[in-house]
Order: sequence, then C-alpha cells, then structure tokens
Amino acid sequence: MKFKFWGVRGSISTPGPATVKYGGNTTCIEIRTNNNELIILDAGTGIHPLGQELLKQLPVTAHIFITHTHWDHIQGLPFFSPIFIPGNNINIYGGLDPVTNEGIERALGVQLQYSYFPIREAELNAKIVYNTIKPEHSIVVAGATITPILLSHPVLNFGYRVDCDGQSIFFTGDYEPIFNIYEPDDSEYQEYQSFIDQKQQEIALAIKGVDALIIDSSYTTEEYTAKKGWGHGTYGSAIKIANAAQVKKLFFTHHEPTRTDNQLDKIYQQLIKKNPNLEYEIVLAKEGIDFFI
Amino acid sequence: MQQTDNKELIKFVEKMPAFPKSVQRVVQLTSNINAPAKEIVRVIESDPVMTVKILKVINSAFYGLPKKITSIQRAVVHMGLNTIKNLALSVAAMGVLKPTNQANFNTQDFLLHSLTTASICRLLAEKLNVKGSECSDFFVAGLIHDFGKIVFAEFDPDNFKLALEKSAEQNIPLHQAETEFMGINHAQVGKMLAEKWELDPVLIEAIEHHHDNSNEQRLTACIAIANQVSKKLQFGFSGNGVVEESPSEIMPYFEVTLDDLIISLGDLSAIKSEALSFINS
Repeated sequence: MKFKFWGVRGSISTPGPATVKYGGNTTCIEIRTNNNELIILDAGTGIHPLGQELLKQLPVTAHIFITHTHWDHIQGLPFFSPIFIPGNNINIYGGLDPVTNEGIERALGVQLQYSYFPIREAELNAKIVYNTIKPEHSIVVAGATITPILLSHPVLNFGYRVDCDGQSIFFTGDYEPIFNIYEPDDSEYQEYQSFIDQKQQEIALAIKGVDALIIDSSYTTEEYTAKKGWGHGTYGSAIKIANAAQVKKLFFTHHEPTRTDNQLDKIYQQLIKKNPNLEYEIVLAKEGIDFFI
Repeated sequence: MQQTDNKELIKFVEKMPAFPKSVQRVVQLTSNINAPAKEIVRVIESDPVMTVKILKVINSAFYGLPKKITSIQRAVVHMGLNTIKNLALSVAAMGVLKPTNQANFNTQDFLLHSLTTASICRLLAEKLNVKGSECSDFFVAGLIHDFGKIVFAEFDPDNFKLALEKSAEQNIPLHQAETEFMGINHAQVGKMLAEKWELDPVLIEAIEHHHDNSNEQRLTACIAIANQVSKKLQFGFSGNGVVEESPSEIMPYFEVTLDDLIISLGDLSAIKSEALSFINS
C-alpha cells in the first residue's frame, strides 16, 4: 500500500504563502493498494486536486470513506470531477447519524441543493453508490478490509482501519480523546473513569500495530486548555495513543488553520526534543508526497 | 392488548414527550455553550422517558453498535457528549408530558418513585460490591422499571384509571389489577417496548421481572427490592400502595427481611430530597 495526503488542514482551507510547505486543503487521503485500487479517506477540499489527477486515468473506480460529515471533510465532494463523468464508479461509505437518522447519502445530498450548488444530484453522470456502514463491522473493498471504529467528536465520527497487502493504516478522522466530565471528588468520577479506560483500551486494540497511524493533532497541550470539548486532539494525546497501540509510524494531521509552516516546523522540532526515545518515526502530514508502507 | 394494539402503542410511545422539568433544563443547558457536561447527563438520567428514548436510538440494530449501551454515561463515552445532547434536544422538541392525565395518575409522584428507586437500586448494587463500572446500569434499571405505567396513563387512561382505583380500594398489587382490566401489566408492556427497542437483555429482564420475588439475576433482584424499599418509605407514589415482601420475608442476595434491609441502608432521606430538588428545581 501507499498513501498520499491531498488535504491536511483542519476546519477550513488555508491557501497562502504561509502554508505552502505542508498544504492548505482540508482533509483528504488517497490510498493505493498494491493492485493500484483506489480508496479515499474523506472528501475535504483536497479531493478536488485529486479529482483533477484522476481525470488522466479514466474511467475511475473510487471508494470514498467519510469519517464524519463536518464541512471540512465533505466540502470537496461536489468538486470531485469524476462524479460528473459517465463510466466512473464512485462508492461513498459512512455511518448512520443517530440524531438525524440519515445515512451517508446526506454528505452529498445536503450540498447539492438549489441554493448552494448549481447541479442536482440527479444530474451527476457517474454511478454513485452510498453504503451506510456500522461501527466495528468490517467490510472488504478493493481487496482491503476496512473497519470503522467510533471515535469521540461532536458528531458521529468513524476512525478507519485499512488492512491490505499485509499492511495497515489507521486514520482517526477528527478525534478528541474522551475526558472525565466529573471532578475527582464527584461520586460518579471513578465509574465514569472506568468507562473511559475501557473505551481507550478498545481504541488502542483497534489501532494496534498499524504501519501508519494518521491522527488528529490540532493543538499543542498549551492551546488545548482553551479548546477542550471542541473535538480535537493534541500532539501529546496522539503520541500517547501511538505508544499504547505500538504503531510503526505516526502522522500528525488536521493542522490548526492559523498554523503557519514555520510554526509547524518549530512544533516538530520541539516534539523531537521532548520525545527522544520514541520507538517509531513521527511525521507532520504534508500534501503531495507518496508515503510507501 | 392485541397485536394491533401493540403496534399502535409503539407508534404512540415514539411520540410521547418527556417530563416538563427535564425538557426545560435540556433546552436551557443546550442553549449555553459552556454548560457543564455532567449537568446535561444528570438531567437526562433523571428522566425515564428521555433516558429510554436515547438508549433506544443508540441500541437500534440499524445503527449497529456491537455492544449494548446501558446507561447515559456509557452513551456519552461511546458517542460523545454532543450527539447525546442533540438526541436529548430532539426528545425535548416533542413537547412535555402533561402533569395531569385522564387516569388521574400523578406524574410527579411517579417521577419521585422512579428516581428514588433508581438511587436505592444503585445503593444496593454497592452493598453487593457490584463492580463500579456496572453501578450506573442498576440506576438506569430503577429509573425505567415502571416505564409501562406512564405509557398506560397516556395510551389507555380509562382502563388504567380503573386498575389504579381497584388496586387502591382492594389493596391488591397494581400489576394484578392492570392485567384484569387491560390483559397486560406494566412490567409486560415495559418488556415488550424494551425488546422492540433492542435494549440490553439484562435491562429487559429487570423490567419484566421486577415484581417477582425469586429473581436469580442480581440486577433484577436489586430492582425488585429497591422498588419495595421506595414504596415502604413512601418516596413518591407510582399507583401501587401494596408493599410486596417475599413470602419468606427473606430477600434474595441480602438474606434479611425488608425492614432489616432498610435499617441497614441507614438514613435514605437524602435520596428523596435529592430527587425532589431535581423535580422541583
């Protein structure tokens, strides 16, 4: 397997001179199996340039897995050119939203409305198939086994484990490790903590031993204090999970939108300095480079 | 009730609103971005209708969680606070349960009975050294054990009224009178709904058997006993004045009489006042 980031930014795309090195598109990851089959994780604005690239390889069969339906993970879908071309097969996968009871067809349907977009869903020429999938029910697609895992975010969010060719990738989507909502002297504290510990163990097990963990690490520990409950992780929480899951390589992504290339470089240097004994390589997600597993 | 009635009843309960206080608090708390998470959880888990409706959504096979979720706290850990908050808000949007109904069933007293039974059930769990991570399941079982009654009061008030009156006049257990007038009792209807909603089998069994005296399941035994403790201490009222002590007067798991058990639990008035403070706040 190999993969490439087409979008590494959180929340909103951030073009401009300060984001040239790492990239300013919102989340999109292209995975290629050894048979060159195409799996795409999330459809932020990064899926637009990926779509342009795919126009050179028509017809396209793509399996797009949506972690969650916040804008920065679906906004590129209507601009993914292969959806307009006959002969292409676009399969979109994601969870059922328990609040609205809508399947993953909502990701595209919500955007292709008269007021927001000039083309209606009925006018898309590719064959588009929606697949609503369930947590911890693995499916086999393009020769890969893909397992969705529920991860905490302010909306239903799946992390995806992709196993293929004897190799594995886990992408968290947006994820804030759960914290205890009680104070230590509240009577509910211990019980709630035991739920959290149990859930964290389940998550570590789901990620266990992957060749590449791609994880939401939007904030520094210092920034997190003011952002607790917003649904994103920190560099520190990412390393903690990577340690627990004994991953082989850790990619930090969902870069905070105001973060410049220089700041990211600085953060990376500090991380290396603070964590000299990691048993795996840490990498800042960067658009446009093939990572071979 | 017949099969067709069951279908109608299920449809009816889908639209049944929650208790006024929790609806009001959910609306307040969800309008404040800084509202403490534990407050929201507390409000939801103080309302049997809201609790059962949220458990229903997340346990549905359609949604597909591999393990059953038995409490609101567990639901928050699995799904995140915001999802649970928004589910509560969608229940709140159904309106509020009217304080009066044609059955003359007092919903405030019912709520007090449900809440105190829930707390006593958790206390019993602690007394049996139940694992900390399971105690909230005992609370939930206590909270929703009589859910069938509030359904009767709304869905079939005329017959439920007759059952309430007969139970009071002749001092017979309400569930017996319910069977006489409606052909089904609140434990059975609660079980039917809980099954339909795919709740955890342990919760379903607790609801179904909470009037049995010889329960082998620890949770079911605790809920049966907590129910009697709450009634004996007259914490609220859920339409059944008869305290059912086991024939031998010896409780399963506790091996003492009801009175001795109550003494051993110490002063339980705080449980009542805490529940009241929620209902009247």
